Amino acid sequence: MEEGKVISQSLQESAAAYSIIHEKFGSAISALDANETMPFFEVIDTSQWTEIALFMRDHPKLKFNYMACLTGVDYPAEEKLGIICNFESLALFNHKLAVKVKCARDGGSIPSVACVWHTANWHEREAYDMFGMLFTGHPELKRILCPDDWVGYPLRKDYKVQDQYHGIKVPY
Amino acid sequence: MQELDTAGLGSVRVTRQSDTVVILEKDLATEQMVLAMGPQHPSTHGVLKLECLTDGEVITQAEPYLGYLHRCFEKCCENVDYPAVVPYTDRLDYLAGMNSEFAYAITVEKLLDIEIPRRVEFIRVIVAELNRIASHLVAIGTYGIDLGAFTPFLFCFRDREIILGLLEWASGARMLYNYIWVGGLAYDVPADFLKRVKEFVDYFRPKTVELCELLTKNEIFVKRTLGIGIMPADVAINYGWSGPMLRGSGVKWDLRRNDPYSIYPELDFKVPVPDGKDSVIGDCLSRHLVRAWEMDESLKIIEQCIDKMPSAEGFNSRSAIPKRIRPKAGEVYGRAENPRGELGFYIESDGKSTKPLRCKARSSCFVNLSAMKDLSMGQLIPDLVAIIGSIDIVLGEVDR
Repeated sequence: MEEGKVISQSLQESAAAYSIIHEKFGSAISALDANETMPFFEVIDTSQWTEIALFMRDHPKLKFNYMACLTGVDYPAEEKLGIICNFESLALFNHKLAVKVKCARDGGSIPSVACVWHTANWHEREAYDMFGMLFTGHPELKRILCPDDWVGYPLRKDYKVQDQYHGIKVPY
Repeated sequence: MQELDTAGLGSVRVTRQSDTVVILEKDLATEQMVLAMGPQHPSTHGVLKLECLTDGEVITQAEPYLGYLHRCFEKCCENVDYPAVVPYTDRLDYLAGMNSEFAYAITVEKLLDIEIPRRVEFIRVIVAELNRIASHLVAIGTYGIDLGAFTPFLFCFRDREIILGLLEWASGARMLYNYIWVGGLAYDVPADFLKRVKEFVDYFRPKTVELCELLTKNEIFVKRTLGIGIMPADVAINYGWSGPMLRGSGVKWDLRRNDPYSIYPELDFKVPVPDGKDSVIGDCLSRHLVRAWEMDESLKIIEQCIDKMPSAEGFNSRSAIPKRIRPKAGEVYGRAENPRGELGFYIESDGKSTKPLRCKARSSCFVNLSAMKDLSMGQLIPDLVAIIGSIDIVLGEVDR
């Protein structure tokens, strides 16, 4: 945080929420990136992601009951794939936090949080469909927007479209 | 409705006579049958396929299949400049193009951290609220058709046509506007536009009452929707529901109030939620009622905007538009209250390129529809139609 910069009220509350999570999980999560547009932290020990998620949802001072969005991202430079989840506490608190979870680009997996927030169910399927990371523990991990027999993961930066799909020419 | 003890009777065929359930036949042989609804089915409002496992008239499981209208929105965004994404956003929720553009514009503006002229904000809110009414008119009209009421549909489309005419006059297009740009507007509104909008507001206000009498006071319509597809508030939040769907479950949550953007904090409007008098909170009728009430609130907002509108003197709708949009490296999640709920954009910029590194659209219908499996369990097939209609999906936004 730059000195002398005015920190908005909501960012302060988000930072307070982060410190509660940090107290419990310590080095399993990274430091808070306290930017004004989207404060976030990263889960370093991905095996604990589901516990962190449950803690965020159920802790009486956090109550992140609403998952606004789950975005899949490709980081080709780091050889990684990742997800970004935006959380907030609907009608209870003003804090908002985003969480990043990353995994290896080839055959990497992230624990699923579909059991914590129903929203994650379809969003994780979409992330799998577009990027190809696996979500361990997901109730039915299959493609959602592309057909089941589609080859490749379209939103990866190095994606090349298949030449033929059931005898139909694909690229134009 | 009276509970019936069917233990030991095997499968039964029942009928409902006023409030009593009468057994017609018992010990019936049952067979599970797969019934595919869609992708070409009028009640799925587009190309949605529902694969239902049915036992007689009762649905034991319904699995939605989507993606028939997938047009790679997010991949397209990574290949075009920031301003060029705007026309694509129109094609997400094609019934509420203005609102989608609005959501995208405020997200990029948040990333750029720029000031928007006040008149631009007012015009944006007017066109967005007009579009909200138009969108709700389609939702209400087609919902009537789903349940067998044809007349409201004609009334809704007659009035919607006036709104589309107004928006066409402002932007040049009927549905896919490309009007709200990042940092401003394509054009200022035409002379006399506000006068015509005011005329429309005065014309439309009595029509909402008329619509109400046609549908919400219609015995058949109420019987088909009351107590059907009930969604409790906590489950709705966990599912990530937003917009009229969430408010239908009794949660007073509207981004225009709770995460205000643009000039909404200055405007006086109510966030209508069902009180449980006319409907069961969380059922299809509640969701319909919320949409009907919201149209009145939108009219109020439009009227206030017309009154408070700054003058056009020396106004250039493109004055704040950056010549070259190249945001500093960073990420943003911005969102707006669309007619169907929260439309959010996650945008990541690498600080070097004029194209977004990643642009994800968080679609409200996609999230609302994901509860379909739970909602349809154990419902009758005609009730399934009522439930899909009440979700008010636009497949363009679901599939992106």
